[in-house]
Amino acid sequence: MIHIVDYKAGNITSVQRALNFLGVESVITADSDSIRRAEKVIFPGVGQAASAMKALRERGLDQALRDAFARGIPILGICLGAQIVLTRSEEGGTDCVDLLPGECKRFAFSDPALKIPHIGWNRVRLVRDHPMLRGMGPEDEFYFDHSYYPLPEDPARILAECEYGITFPAVIGSANLIAVQFHPEKSGPAGLRILTNFAGWNGTEKAE
Amino acid sequence: MLSKRIIACLDVRDGKLAKSVKFVDTHDIGDPVETARRYYEAGIDELVFYDITASSDHRDILLDVVSAVAAQVFIPFSVGGGLRTVEDCSKVLLAGAEKVNVNTAAVQNPQLIAEASRAFGAQCVVLSMDVLAVPHSVAAPSGYEIVTHGGRNRTGIDALAWARRGEELGAGELVVNSIDADGTQEGYEINLTRKMAEAVRIPVIASGGGGKAEHLYQVLTAGKADAALVASLLHYGITTVAELKKYLDQKGVKVRMT
Repeated sequence: MIHIVDYKAGNITSVQRALNFLGVESVITADSDSIRRAEKVIFPGVGQAASAMKALRERGLDQALRDAFARGIPILGICLGAQIVLTRSEEGGTDCVDLLPGECKRFAFSDPALKIPHIGWNRVRLVRDHPMLRGMGPEDEFYFDHSYYPLPEDPARILAECEYGITFPAVIGSANLIAVQFHPEKSGPAGLRILTNFAGWNGTEKAE
Repeated sequence: MLSKRIIACLDVRDGKLAKSVKFVDTHDIGDPVETARRYYEAGIDELVFYDITASSDHRDILLDVVSAVAAQVFIPFSVGGGLRTVEDCSKVLLAGAEKVNVNTAAVQNPQLIAEASRAFGAQCVVLSMDVLAVPHSVAAPSGYEIVTHGGRNRTGIDALAWARRGEELGAGELVVNSIDADGTQEGYEINLTRKMAEAVRIPVIASGGGGKAEHLYQVLTAGKADAALVASLLHYGITTVAELKKYLDQKGVKVRMT
């Protein structure tokens, strides 16, 4: 059973719809004790870092996520959920959940042809093997929709990259945490494969 | 590098697929859910559903279409037509849409863009506009004017000024639909699309007039569009998603190959 963290940040039901389609059981919850005791957690979200952190703190979900992470259970962060697992975000100078040391940065381009947000399909290049990224091909594209990107302090935490004006981390991970900047639930078969991998992942970086 | 998107537009009336020609007459051509799934499997990048249901009694039928699509189609799709309030927007998002499209209601009440953007985030709010080419004037210095109600009502608002205002108010993307080109299948309005793309920093989706692969090539290169909306081209089986992408790929346009 996968617990999907509900903190009123965007359309989290689309993650559950994709899991239903794959035949993977899930439950959407805003209850911090349920997250603390969960076997597996998906931390989705779209929107703003500051309001998201406020909503998490009000429900004690930030501490519940830290406790769940410390227990070693598999955690998947998606989009905003992939950003606010870091220490802080440039978006409103926000202190975040801090499962992984690093900062969330805003895109800054002088070329007006580079639109912000980065919206659409883009290729993701694997930089390190990981069981969660098994089956990913060099031509696979994923759906992005964001103005900020996660930058871990330790470059070894970057598992896959994407090019948009700059090279930025598209997938980061540390131990039992994996975080994807794109939307696997909106990225067609390539995205669904990541959710399938998560359903079977034991939370270690070694292949089972 | 970001791929240029091909977006299929599905006009839905009373839960059935319709395709408008010059916005005057429409006729049903099939089941929107089945069509959406077929395009998804063929590798379309995104979908847009426009509800052209006349009677508000039948609006809830659209929500059923949206949730049926969301259960089996795992790419982004937006829904527009008749969304007048944040609550209307919230209903289609909860039913499974990724984004909302606002058009006439935003012209009548620009704050709808700001309110929806605050409630759901800019990435969720697509400002759709119907544009008519007009003689240059003080009111419409760009030579393009916003029209509403499917092109029947002139507004006196300059299209470029409206696009910039929409961006400021918090729209995350623009759909620029040329009333002059819509339904003609003779090509997108390249000049209009390019002016729009140069006027804003948010993605511009070209709409109206796509009749063959070459038209998409033109609007995605010379027209500087980030995405192109297609309808008849696919609905009538004139071409396929795979053929369009193969053509664009061979011409050096970056598209998602599946």
